[in-house]
Amino acid sequence: MKFAILSFPGSNCEMDLYYAIKDIIKEDAELVSYKKDSLDGFDAVLVPGGFSYGDYLRSGAIARFSPIIKPLQKFAESGKPVLGICNGFQILTEAGLLPGSLQKNVSAKFICEPEKLVVNNNKTMFSNGYDFEQKITLPIAHGDGNYYADVKTLRELEENNQIVFKYWNNPNGSVANIAGIINKKGNVLGMMPHPERAVEDILGSSDGKGIFYSIVKTIKDRGVIYE
Amino acid sequence: MSNQQQATPEQIRDQKVYRGMGLTDYEYGLIKDNVLHRLPNYTEIGLYSGMWSEHCSYKNSKPVLKKFYTKGKRVVKGPGEGAGIIDIGDGQGVVFKAESHNHPSAVEPFQGATTGVGGILRDIFSMGARPIASLDSLRFGNVKNDADKYFISQIVAGISSYGNCIGVPTVGGDTAFDDAYQNNPLVNVMCVGLMNIDNMEVGAAAGAGNAIIYVGADTGRDGINGASFASAEFDSEHESQRSAVQVGDPFNEKLVMEGCLDVIDNHKDALVGIQDMGAAGLVSSSAEMGSKAGGNGMKLNLDLVPQREKGMSAFELMLSESQERMLLCVKAGKEDEVLKVFADHGVNAVVIGRVTDGSDYVLEHHGKVVANVPVDSLSADAPVYHRESKEPARIDQESPEQFDPEVSVPTETLRKMLSQPTIASKENIFKTYDTQVQTNTVVGPGSDAAVVRILHKNKAIAITTDVNGRYLYLNPRVGGQMAVAEAGRNVVASGAFPLGITDCLNFGNPEKPDQFYELDQAVMGMSEACEKLESPVISGNVSLNNEFDDVAIYPSPMVGMVGLIDDLKKVTTQDLKQANDLVYVLGKTGDDFNGSEIQRMQTGKVSGQLFNFDLDYEVKIQKLVQKAINDGLLNSAHDVSEGGLIVSIAESTFGNQLGVNLVSDLTAKQFFAETQSRFVVSVSEENREQFETLVGGDASLLGRVTNDNHLFVQTADSYFDMAVDEAYQTWKGALPCVLK
Repeated sequence: MKFAILSFPGSNCEMDLYYAIKDIIKEDAELVSYKKDSLDGFDAVLVPGGFSYGDYLRSGAIARFSPIIKPLQKFAESGKPVLGICNGFQILTEAGLLPGSLQKNVSAKFICEPEKLVVNNNKTMFSNGYDFEQKITLPIAHGDGNYYADVKTLRELEENNQIVFKYWNNPNGSVANIAGIINKKGNVLGMMPHPERAVEDILGSSDGKGIFYSIVKTIKDRGVIYE
Repeated sequence: MSNQQQATPEQIRDQKVYRGMGLTDYEYGLIKDNVLHRLPNYTEIGLYSGMWSEHCSYKNSKPVLKKFYTKGKRVVKGPGEGAGIIDIGDGQGVVFKAESHNHPSAVEPFQGATTGVGGILRDIFSMGARPIASLDSLRFGNVKNDADKYFISQIVAGISSYGNCIGVPTVGGDTAFDDAYQNNPLVNVMCVGLMNIDNMEVGAAAGAGNAIIYVGADTGRDGINGASFASAEFDSEHESQRSAVQVGDPFNEKLVMEGCLDVIDNHKDALVGIQDMGAAGLVSSSAEMGSKAGGNGMKLNLDLVPQREKGMSAFELMLSESQERMLLCVKAGKEDEVLKVFADHGVNAVVIGRVTDGSDYVLEHHGKVVANVPVDSLSADAPVYHRESKEPARIDQESPEQFDPEVSVPTETLRKMLSQPTIASKENIFKTYDTQVQTNTVVGPGSDAAVVRILHKNKAIAITTDVNGRYLYLNPRVGGQMAVAEAGRNVVASGAFPLGITDCLNFGNPEKPDQFYELDQAVMGMSEACEKLESPVISGNVSLNNEFDDVAIYPSPMVGMVGLIDDLKKVTTQDLKQANDLVYVLGKTGDDFNGSEIQRMQTGKVSGQLFNFDLDYEVKIQKLVQKAINDGLLNSAHDVSEGGLIVSIAESTFGNQLGVNLVSDLTAKQFFAETQSRFVVSVSEENREQFETLVGGDASLLGRVTNDNHLFVQTADSYFDMAVDEAYQTWKGALPCVLK
């Protein structure tokens, strides 16, 4: 299968994702510029971390006006997997593909550290490689990771089991300890922690591999029925 | 200075206008009588004031820098370019350099720190290398009030904001506190890049007719003549110097970097040379490129320079230190090819001039020639001063007696020691840095050295920054040796052998003989250690005039060392690994307390003659550790430095929360001695015999690692007894508490 890894001006985790997919997960991957107007031929899209457009105005706020966003929205509508990590999560909320928004950390500082997460829903195409309530450790590295959603949205997220990952020790003030959420349809996941930084023991953790394997497994074993 | 009427050549002479720009009467005379043979105009005086500042010309330090040991079979490029290069095999080289941003950070901590990071990154990628790691060496005064806290938090935030955004991991560095840095903090940034040696670029502009291309941000009125500002002393009036500080835009830098690396990687045939516009901005980059090509002239049309503000004068355009700008020399006919690359990256690029026959450096503005000077007179032929050197009176008068610390309840002294800001964990600082982006960080901040893997190769580099200014204050020569030696111990403890060093020479005013003595002696000491450790100096930076109201900082030559770990299996950390392992101290311990942390902690200052240091013994101990790691005998290794043996032992227990049960014939006081050439190591029982045979009498067995979370050390006269988690919390919690 083939992953598209989007690249915006100021993205800085796209190569990390590229090597994670190519070297560790052993699947095909290609960088796709923000200028492109098509995502044809890809089985999954990864929206990487970094500081698209310097995070000026608001994280992800400018990136969402890029040409690639329309095909991304179409791709998401088709039911194929879209994973946004860190700045990618921020872009997905700005582009209306996920509810809520990401505010400045309560400490008002950037935080980079390994964080313990709880798998709150292992029935998604991004988390089926984990056990329910399994604890995994993934690094976070963000200044604006404080997830916010209003009470109504939050209730919906909970009722629909859309909260996929929760922090064990909330590092940034996110409502309901949310580290990652999925859309109602179940094919767009946004998360602040970086699974691509946790795919090799020598770098401290391999817990992130499960997310990529889940995507691959979903597509390869079951095949996704696109509407 | 922007809008006021510029002085005429006669006014410059009669009113000595040049003095306000940092030129002396002597230097003005040189320009007028020996170089131009006429009166220089305002723009020309501006060019010389920037180019002949210490920051650009090294006029005071050049004779000293010649004393550095710079040889080595792996050295591809030594000092002189943007950064030095060392061969690490497989056709790859590591490129590294450090830069100081002390003065800008003192007046505007956030922007001063960001632009420090930005500048050193440009030095690295202008060599054709992708930056893979940066480190920060910071020195602050002791925190006394909210203003101090604000100041430190802003410097850290500045580094964090720039480094994180551009996607280069901040993997390490060092931070220390001493009142000697109260009004003159040190902000030194080191960057390491990785390159294919075939892609090596130089900052030269050769070939008449070739284009000079300006790349990056528009030029504004920020940091005008910052180089001569940075080369001047500070005083209580320095608040008014704020306008000399630049403002950083990491997003723009990221685009500029990607564009430049694209040109270097994929359009090599078009490119003649590339250089960062750093100190003294456009004049420095262009004149140095011409000078390095053998004295090539050029003609620049300043009307073509992208400008952020209206009505900028030629003086301002040439001396602005607006950030995120590069200068390229591109072959005639290939301009469009290169301009298109930058356009694709969303980066502004314009042809602003051409290389010319001859050696005249000519600037045109509004249709008139506003400067015409010999290119070498700006750069290669800048004046050099051989300053007078005199041993400071204090060194001669210091007592040879070693300080005798008061350690009646060793556990309590240890508790207090672990909470000293210099000793305590710096986690709350480095947690705000992205330490992992690029996914090669094997060992991040907080260890002896950071370890960064070379992607797709079974090897890694170890990187560290070190200097203890207190040692140099007591003895600049020996302290200089110690700075390099400690950096060596750090990379060796992580499983590497030294490749080379870079430095930031932070000193006082070189026109004062005692300050010059410190610089000169420190460099000689460093050089001696570099030679013995086979770790040549490949690049560096000089920051002089670090004084406030006439009082200098401690002499502080920051050493940034890079080592090579030739097999990932050899990566070693300081953390004890498992119960029952044997704990040894390698090297001898003496009553060495002058200049130590415990002396400062108990007396508020450092004094007396610095204790002895034997460079040959240092080399011997480092080689033993290298051999032991190569033979797979060590489960952990940690260098002994500030705070002494007990601090190293405590730090070794923290990572895996293991205890130790140790017995020693040293006294409790001696556990705080800062004798050099020592390591704490742990060894599995099965390797005991082989290890003891290897090290012979140079190691003492102290005891064993335990599972009981207790740090217990029986000394000759007393004991240390503390729960590991309590020691850890004390060490970890101290700095957040001070900075809260």
